[in-house]
Amino acid sequence: MTRIIQDVTRQPVIHAASIRKTYGRTIAVDEVSFDVYPGEIFGLIGPNGAGKTTTMECVGGLRVPDRGLISVLGLDPRRDVYALQERIGVQLQAAQLQKRIKVREAVGLWASLYRKPVDGDRLIEQLGLGDKRNAWFMTLSGGQKQRLFIALALINDPELVFLDELTTGLDPQARRAIWDLVRGIRQRGKTVFLTTHLMEEAERLCDRVAIIDHGRVIDIGPPAELVRRHCPERTVIMVCEDSTAGERFRAIPQVQSVNIEGPQLTIRGVGTDLVTHVIQCLAEHRMRVSDFRTELPTLEDVFLKLTGHMIRE
Amino acid sequence: MLRGLWKLTWLEIKIFLREPLGVLGSVGIPVLIVVVFGRVLGSPLRRASPGVPRLLSADLPILASFVITISTVLSLVAIIAIYREGGILRRLRATPLRPYTILTAHVLAKLLFTAVTLAATLLAGRRYYSVEAGVPLVSFALALLFTTVSLLSMGFLIASVVPTARFAQPIGTLILYPMLGVSGLFVPVASLPPLLQAVAHALPLTYAVSLLRGIWHGEGWSAHIGDVAALSVMFLLFTAVSAKVFRWE
Repeated sequence: MTRIIQDVTRQPVIHAASIRKTYGRTIAVDEVSFDVYPGEIFGLIGPNGAGKTTTMECVGGLRVPDRGLISVLGLDPRRDVYALQERIGVQLQAAQLQKRIKVREAVGLWASLYRKPVDGDRLIEQLGLGDKRNAWFMTLSGGQKQRLFIALALINDPELVFLDELTTGLDPQARRAIWDLVRGIRQRGKTVFLTTHLMEEAERLCDRVAIIDHGRVIDIGPPAELVRRHCPERTVIMVCEDSTAGERFRAIPQVQSVNIEGPQLTIRGVGTDLVTHVIQCLAEHRMRVSDFRTELPTLEDVFLKLTGHMIRE
Repeated sequence: MLRGLWKLTWLEIKIFLREPLGVLGSVGIPVLIVVVFGRVLGSPLRRASPGVPRLLSADLPILASFVITISTVLSLVAIIAIYREGGILRRLRATPLRPYTILTAHVLAKLLFTAVTLAATLLAGRRYYSVEAGVPLVSFALALLFTTVSLLSMGFLIASVVPTARFAQPIGTLILYPMLGVSGLFVPVASLPPLLQAVAHALPLTYAVSLLRGIWHGEGWSAHIGDVAALSVMFLLFTAVSAKVFRWE
């Protein structure tokens, strides 16, 4: 996987410091701080109701936080909301359009609202909606609707794109197609700020994520680094008939436990070197292996470890 | 943002026309009612004889106008509620469109359809209902436009507070049709019990009826300055309050 390493010395595109938002007695967002840098895909991840959408809406100028400082592209999203809207693109969670509006009409309307729109017809083609140009919104599939919303978010050639729960409710195939589109947005040099409750999506798509739960940011970093930092455990599962294998693996310092069930061995240990050591051990003793796989912890495991609960509860 | 306004208005008009049932309901039904009334009642309407109640002989155009205006207000309330519930308002608001532009587009689209419906009703009604020579139709149309705008602002206030799209139509109906009952169209306001009289004077429709009836029967605008003033004040009041309490989602 190629990753664009962002230059942290650059000015952040989004700077959020200690933002807080309450609805009545409920604290939706509590002391949330993070920075998003140019050219990266940054994800706010957490379960539904964690405060992701509220945070995003505060940053995008759609909501006013009770406290805290937000700067987006050097602008104050509350005071300069109209200036900001020229430079950002937004896709909102669970938004709809008029049932009987045509794809090209929606794109045409949006294009007319901005000073420097891109070519709407080309955008429709690029997002694979060419044959749906004259279709009513209500007749589009979930994936097509989301692609239209991405088109609307890109119509003004924005520097920064907000995507809120973009693939919720889509089937895996449509989801993958959308991920490719989002990577395409980054390739065009834009910054993407997204929210998701799908850990797989965050892991595959985001350069950096902020884990958020109950309105608080728990940790921020690249997904792989968060996994390394919080879940260093590695597991190797193999099928090996050699009766001495268990003993030999237990001798590796990084190995914590070896579980033997018939010919299958489950080796658990800590550190990125674990797999290398296991393979070296196999080679050294010329042991024959008929199956070999590793299990790495995922962001899901990180989330469980940091919050004590599963993300989908 | 004028460009956005025209574009959005034009789109809303096209979108409305794509829903055959809605078009039939708002434009077709009033015309149908006039035709059926005309056929059943036939010549008495044409002669305006003393035996025909005043409502039919003199006030039918005004009654018809209000039925159309009220159905316009109701459909505005419904559409705003549906757009809000579907997240359409939220999405439109996250563009450089100013909030009032989004709402004005709906008012303009609704006004256009009201005008079309009125014209169609008028044409259909001419066969059965004799319009006396000298009825100032242009003045009447202006007065009607003015009252419709004022009533639409009341529609916005209702649309601001209805909780869901399901409630929009019934709540609107419950407020608007009884308002017609005490407006002086059926029974003179002066003959209502004092409490209802007070209610009548607090509602825009009473002034609207007085204005439209006066204009239809050839009285000048100057005789109805009070009505115009009352309707203007209410328009400003309703607009100001709904701007405060309007919910986008």
